[in-house]
Amino acid sequence: MGSATTRWSMRLVALGYLALLLILPVGLVFWRTFQHGFSPFWHAISSPAATHALWLTVQIALWAVAANTVFGVIVSLLLVRGRFPGRRVLNAVIDLPLAVSPVVVGLSLILVYGRNTTVGSWFGGHGVDIIYAIPGMVLATVFVSLPLVVREVAPVLEEIGDEQEQAAWTLGAGGWQTFWRITLPSIRWALAYGVVLTLARCLGEFGAVAVVSGRVVGKTQTATLFVEERFQDFDQPAAYAMAFVLAAVAIVVLITINLFRPERHR
Amino acid sequence: MAVATAPPGERARTRVRVPASGVGLGIATLYLSTIVFIPLGAIILKSQDAGWSTFWSAVTAPQAWAALQLTIGISLVVTLVNIVMGTLIAWVLVRDEFPGKRVVDTLIDLPFALPTIVAGLVLLALYGAKSPVGIDIAYTRLAVAVALAFVTLPFVVRTVQPVLLELDREMEEAAASLGASRLTTFRRVILPNLYPAIAAGAALSFARAISEFGSTVLISGNLPFKTQVASVQIFGQIESDNIVAAAAISTALLVVSLVVLVGIDVLQRWGVRRG
Amino acid sequence: MAITATNVTKRFGDFVALDDVSVAIDSGSLTALLGPSGGGKSTLLRVIAGLESPDEGVVEIGGIDSTTLPPQQRNVGFVFQHYAAFKHMTVAKNVAFGLSIRKRPKDEITARVRELLELVHLENFADRYPSQLSGGQRQRMALARALAVSPDVLLLDEPFGALDAQVRKELRAWLRRLHDEVHVTTVFVTHDQEEAMEVADEIVVINEGRVEQIGSPGDLYDRPANEFVMSFLGPVTRLRGELVRPHDLEVFTAPEADTVPAIVERVVSLGFEVRLDARVGDEEVWVQLTRGEAEKLDVQAGHTVHLRVAPTQHRVALPV
Repeated sequence: MGSATTRWSMRLVALGYLALLLILPVGLVFWRTFQHGFSPFWHAISSPAATHALWLTVQIALWAVAANTVFGVIVSLLLVRGRFPGRRVLNAVIDLPLAVSPVVVGLSLILVYGRNTTVGSWFGGHGVDIIYAIPGMVLATVFVSLPLVVREVAPVLEEIGDEQEQAAWTLGAGGWQTFWRITLPSIRWALAYGVVLTLARCLGEFGAVAVVSGRVVGKTQTATLFVEERFQDFDQPAAYAMAFVLAAVAIVVLITINLFRPERHR
Repeated sequence: MAVATAPPGERARTRVRVPASGVGLGIATLYLSTIVFIPLGAIILKSQDAGWSTFWSAVTAPQAWAALQLTIGISLVVTLVNIVMGTLIAWVLVRDEFPGKRVVDTLIDLPFALPTIVAGLVLLALYGAKSPVGIDIAYTRLAVAVALAFVTLPFVVRTVQPVLLELDREMEEAAASLGASRLTTFRRVILPNLYPAIAAGAALSFARAISEFGSTVLISGNLPFKTQVASVQIFGQIESDNIVAAAAISTALLVVSLVVLVGIDVLQRWGVRRG
Repeated sequence: MAITATNVTKRFGDFVALDDVSVAIDSGSLTALLGPSGGGKSTLLRVIAGLESPDEGVVEIGGIDSTTLPPQQRNVGFVFQHYAAFKHMTVAKNVAFGLSIRKRPKDEITARVRELLELVHLENFADRYPSQLSGGQRQRMALARALAVSPDVLLLDEPFGALDAQVRKELRAWLRRLHDEVHVTTVFVTHDQEEAMEVADEIVVINEGRVEQIGSPGDLYDRPANEFVMSFLGPVTRLRGELVRPHDLEVFTAPEADTVPAIVERVVSLGFEVRLDARVGDEEVWVQLTRGEAEKLDVQAGHTVHLRVAPTQHRVALPV
């Protein structure tokens, strides 16, 4: 590793940077939240607005995770095992949502599904609002977390190869049977990892749902929107309380995904 | 990252490629169209709604132009910082040993898992008005930079780490046996092998930085011409019902993102060829 | 079940893997598809299995045209070079897989699995996972798995290629014995001529997508149809424009009828055999001698000897 001084100075710079940027700020929030004890926290987090926000966030996240999991597995199979014109285009396009600003995502959905568009008004006529309502928020969350399952599952599918599937075919298994009994189990850890990443992304979405939801407190306000609104309203304890919950969930997610993660340290 | 496409011939002989099930492809196309393609297409169309000159004047309007300049400028600076710090951190995580390394390695992913608005709040707590260490950078461009540095922290680290892990130690040993100092070995043997990974991470970092919204909202104060980033500018336009203007600035941002995406793909392919 | 492949052609893009290949395999036989890597033998095997479909030609299994049948419906057992073990299932579940697909009753499956695990001597590993097995054990499991559904035909794609030399030898002999017991039409692919000669009743030599020769190991060794088969199946050397086996050359210290003089360049002792590198004019020739023969001759580098192809029943000479 080189001389001891180099090693120590590199270590110091790296860890120092991380401490100042990451560790201290997060640690401080944890402290601030419980600065005045547990009851202000509990009071803030159990308010109707807060509980509704949490519940709404979870609902939307579950829908988005379910949709992107199914889609993710299908696309991974198409990319790795399929043979069709435009496969490389599909490959490049999958990552598109990662490069688009969430606000732009929200705007794009308003333009297509808003109340005065063809699609939006058709749904509106049937009593279903997309924009400024939950369906739109689900769409937005699906958009921003689209690639996450694919990016985890596809490389694993590629690496495993399809000999196990071929063996299953020679043993008499049909397409669906092979998928359920051989393919799916072989990707289950990568899939779990992708699902957890997607879940984290969905819970944390802010910009896209900010645009698409109308941000009606107690109706279309998610946990992240709650944090912002409470803070702008000078209700710091409530903002910190919700921020704490979200950060705690993020840390749990972090630990979980790092347990699944293939060994990255040698 | 996305799947590398295999060279023909060799793979063809050992893997069975099935013609894509029509159903699967149909579902995927429908899904992508309704959620990604059509909406993004709508933005580009809307931005042209009132003609090219309106588009251009919306993009170059003083506030919008300032926001775009600021966003791209700060994102570039932050990306440069990430290139240096990201590589350094990856190096320390791969080559060094110290108690708690595993924990630190896990923490690197925190910006991925943490909601952006919480990130903003978190930075505001330490570096804002009520800072316990007395540092107050709220409402400054530095604040924007710090926020962007936070959310883009993992990118370069995570692209460089696996490459460093796979790096053939024997190359370094050969260089040493030929008389190269550690610094020279780093510069001429190790670093060139890291360029594609660093570049890919930098591109991702830049793309993310210019798109960032939530983490800047609280700490920057969104002061027009001073600390307002492009996403916030677009948000403001939407709130004021200037949809065409919002679409125009969005399209400008999309174009920059597209250029970056294409760049990543080209770099990946270059990296694969170098083997 | 007999297998026939008639005029089979298979292309991968521009690459022609199989070029108008026709092969007939007798029911109950043990046949080797032998040839160099990339020659097309694995492709042919996979076409028979239904894992690849030919661009032209017909495949018949047990008299039935199976060319367009998917592998599920061909009732072929297939064993892969890298085992293709179902990693997330125990050994027992692996072996039971084909039977559970066919919805056999649970007792029947358990009994059959036990029967097969005993056949391959893995009865104590039933509840282990493939990752806990050695390479040789995994391949035996793969064989048991393929045999569990009583296939009409057993196909093995370089089954011992990924194993150590010692394990390979053991499993080779074991496969031969298994075939003698079970009598399923078996076809295996190998690039190792020693393996083919030792195990198979019949060998099909395939090179560059074409069949070079079909015959018993003895036929192929003693009466090769062309230069390729001769070189591939055993050692060769050239003398006077003919391709000859080095152990079929007679060495004399004085000229005899039909001999040609050669200058000895090197004498190498390889344990039980001795190798003589010699030069005839411009040509390099090498001769394989037993230790006894070499001692009797007592030649060294620089000596002149006289060579001819032995005029015995087993000499083989080919114009080249």
